[in-house]
Amino acid sequence: MAIGYFFLSVGVVVALGLVTSWIDRKVTALVQARVGPPWYQPVADIVKLLGKETLVPENSRSMGFLLAPLLGFAGACAAAAVLIGNLIGGNGFVGDIIVLIYLMTIPAIALIIGACASGSPVSVVGATREMKMLLSYELPLLIVVVTALIRAGTGGAADFRIGSLIAFQQESGWLVWSVSGIIGFVVLVLTTQAKLGLVPFDAPEAEQELMGGVISEYSGPPLALFKLTKYMLLCMLPIFTGVLLLGGFSFTGWSILWSILKYVVLIVLIVLIRNTNPRLRIDQIMKLFWGPVTALAIAGLVLAAFGL
Amino acid sequence: MKPSLWGLKKSPWVYHVALSPCNNCDIEILDVLTPKFDVERFGIKLVGSPRHADALLVTGAINRHVLPRFKELYEQTAKPCVVFAIGSCALSSTMFRDSYNIVGPLEEVMKEIDPNAIIAYVPGCPAKPEAIIAGVVKALNAL
Repeated sequence: MAIGYFFLSVGVVVALGLVTSWIDRKVTALVQARVGPPWYQPVADIVKLLGKETLVPENSRSMGFLLAPLLGFAGACAAAAVLIGNLIGGNGFVGDIIVLIYLMTIPAIALIIGACASGSPVSVVGATREMKMLLSYELPLLIVVVTALIRAGTGGAADFRIGSLIAFQQESGWLVWSVSGIIGFVVLVLTTQAKLGLVPFDAPEAEQELMGGVISEYSGPPLALFKLTKYMLLCMLPIFTGVLLLGGFSFTGWSILWSILKYVVLIVLIVLIRNTNPRLRIDQIMKLFWGPVTALAIAGLVLAAFGL
Repeated sequence: MKPSLWGLKKSPWVYHVALSPCNNCDIEILDVLTPKFDVERFGIKLVGSPRHADALLVTGAINRHVLPRFKELYEQTAKPCVVFAIGSCALSSTMFRDSYNIVGPLEEVMKEIDPNAIIAYVPGCPAKPEAIIAGVVKALNAL
């Protein structure tokens, strides 16, 4: 039973991730007043990469270099199982929000390991940036999660289960409709952007200065795995935002349309932020997250403690 | 059709290789990648690393200084890949062919590096963006 849920969840997230990355590229194209790629483009990319040669650089640590993509993909799959399994499997599914946060950090760590093992200075610069990003965005993200839990706890559901968070919001309204909720939403959208490595915060993969940065030495199937992991995160993080603050997702009757609308709006919001901002330097990113964003998140936490 | 070949035709990622060009062809290649021509319709994307590339866009009359770099770059490209000779210089070295520092057109250079390489030619001085798109489409259909 549990293993069935695992494969179902991973399949759903991979399929949704491919569709989502197409939405991302299509909306980007529309913003730039062009037509954009056909709907099967992400599938074609992955299929092509799986059929290509795997090159291992001469001065790399080949073991870590080739295992890192698998580690990242495994982490993303486990996170998908916890997140989607809880949405479709009900409250009895193992794993809560803390496990989910740990598992969603694994792809970033896998990127760091792979880049450090690849033996290329460009990748290592990308890895140091990825590390700094990880240190900067995790703190505000955790504060927002605590804020949501405190708000839900005032209603008498003070455990860390994803299901009970959704149940609380279905009873007494979305968490975002309060001062602390709105602050939390803003912080969460910023951290989502950073976790996905999208444009204002894409310093680790900067195409123009680092030639792909962390993934510049990867080719063929390992690159396909990294891309797939990224697509899965692109699908999971908006769902996580939806679960935490926007009342979750349900799949019964007409509410399925409402769920899809919520998801697409979140994706388009992320893509529009990506398309209308320039890239920040890594020191600017750290200053932004440890300064204003953390201060905002703490303000939200204090307001939530007073029940606002 | 094999799935990997279908993928290769539907998403050729290009890497721009400037082998001592005069920069006119490079500007035309950059024009191809702008929203006006929108090559993402065909899945074409510019990538920053030769390891991600499926097509190398080579411009310029190749001289002795860049030849070892190009050799290394071709070895770093994941196979299968296609090499495009863009512009008259890459095709025939044009008026530079008798110069002391020119090693010859791309075709002869590729014979030394990899005799089985797939090469496609787009003539023009510089090659027009429309000609480059037409060349890429014809080459992909011939695969």
